[in-house]
Amino acid sequence: MTLLSVAAVGIFVSIALLLIRLFVGPSLYDRVLAVNSVGTKIVVLLALVGFMMGRPDFLDIALLYALINFVTTIAILKFFRYRSFQISLIKPEVEPKGEAE
Amino acid sequence: MEFFNDVIGVITAPGWRHFVGALLCAIGGVSTVIAAAGVLRFPDFYTRLHAASVTDTLGALTLILGMAFLAPGLLIVFKLILIGLFLVLTGPTSAHAIANAAYTAGLEPIIGKIGLQKAKEEDEA
Amino acid sequence: MLYVMGLATALTLLWLGMSGIYEPVVLSLGVISIAITVILATRLGLKDRETSPYHRIIPFLLYTPYLIKEILKANLTVIKAVLKPDMDIQPTMVKVKTTCRSDLAKVIFANSITLTPGTVTLRVDDDSMLVHGLYEADAQPEAFEEMDRRSSLAGDGRPSKEKGTSK
Repeated sequence: MTLLSVAAVGIFVSIALLLIRLFVGPSLYDRVLAVNSVGTKIVVLLALVGFMMGRPDFLDIALLYALINFVTTIAILKFFRYRSFQISLIKPEVEPKGEAE
Repeated sequence: MEFFNDVIGVITAPGWRHFVGALLCAIGGVSTVIAAAGVLRFPDFYTRLHAASVTDTLGALTLILGMAFLAPGLLIVFKLILIGLFLVLTGPTSAHAIANAAYTAGLEPIIGKIGLQKAKEEDEA
Repeated sequence: MLYVMGLATALTLLWLGMSGIYEPVVLSLGVISIAITVILATRLGLKDRETSPYHRIIPFLLYTPYLIKEILKANLTVIKAVLKPDMDIQPTMVKVKTTCRSDLAKVIFANSITLTPGTVTLRVDDDSMLVHGLYEADAQPEAFEEMDRRSSLAGDGRPSKEKGTSK
């Protein structure tokens, strides 16, 4: 149990460090990176807290959070690149081959 | 038959299983702290990305493996494997998406030696 | 039809693993949701060889031990770089040629590069990738040759033509 507490405290400390990067971060991409990383840690923390409280039902929430975290990152990046959600990410075949998304 | 029962009993005995699981969890927690320190320390965005990917792989995966050792039932192990699979699939994809977006937006990476090696080079010059 | 069957089997396994309650009422709800998903996937046209890569599962499983070994090695490098009091990193950008042909193999290769800490794929072109590395010595194009060969074996099902230079 003590070792599990070490892991949980470690995750809390790293979330705090990443929040500093989130507020300091010079560019937008540093902030997105921090948000994504915090999301990954929240997923693991949810599962860990579920184990420490003896309620593994939390795993379902962690699974959902993992999915939502990925979609959030992609949505933020897409919005700040095109300033719109209405543009298709898949390029039409006619265009010359550009950068892969 | 009794032999197999003994083997299964040893494998599923809570003692060493819980110890190994908790130890893996602690390793994962410590490595996430190191990775977060790296995200704070490194000089530019692209190098921070490398530090953040330590969390995605070593941190999260060892924690999930440790919890799989602690799990009381097979269903929970299945769910943990699913979470790990999602993290492995989506982690690099979102890291690549962030890096690609930053690169196409024109964020210039720092190339060349940084820190101690750069100081050495300047001394020699 | 075979692909629809494969999708239904995978969904059934997923549902049985997620639910954990095996009573008639809940099971019937599961059957209904699986049926709706299969119908929607068929209407979307997700039933060709590319969207159901079940034949690639075993080669991919053979690929994972190598990947785990690489990830552990790279993790130690990055952790050492973070913990050093004087920072001595040397970021570089290299173009890595790939021999992977199918999209799946390219995805496996690019994801493996990004998954190993210390190297990130910045951009994927037709037959080359732009990789940002933390150390110049670790991110030479020769360092990726074995990973390229193995991921093309996992994704395409055949070894690539150019053999890696033996060291």
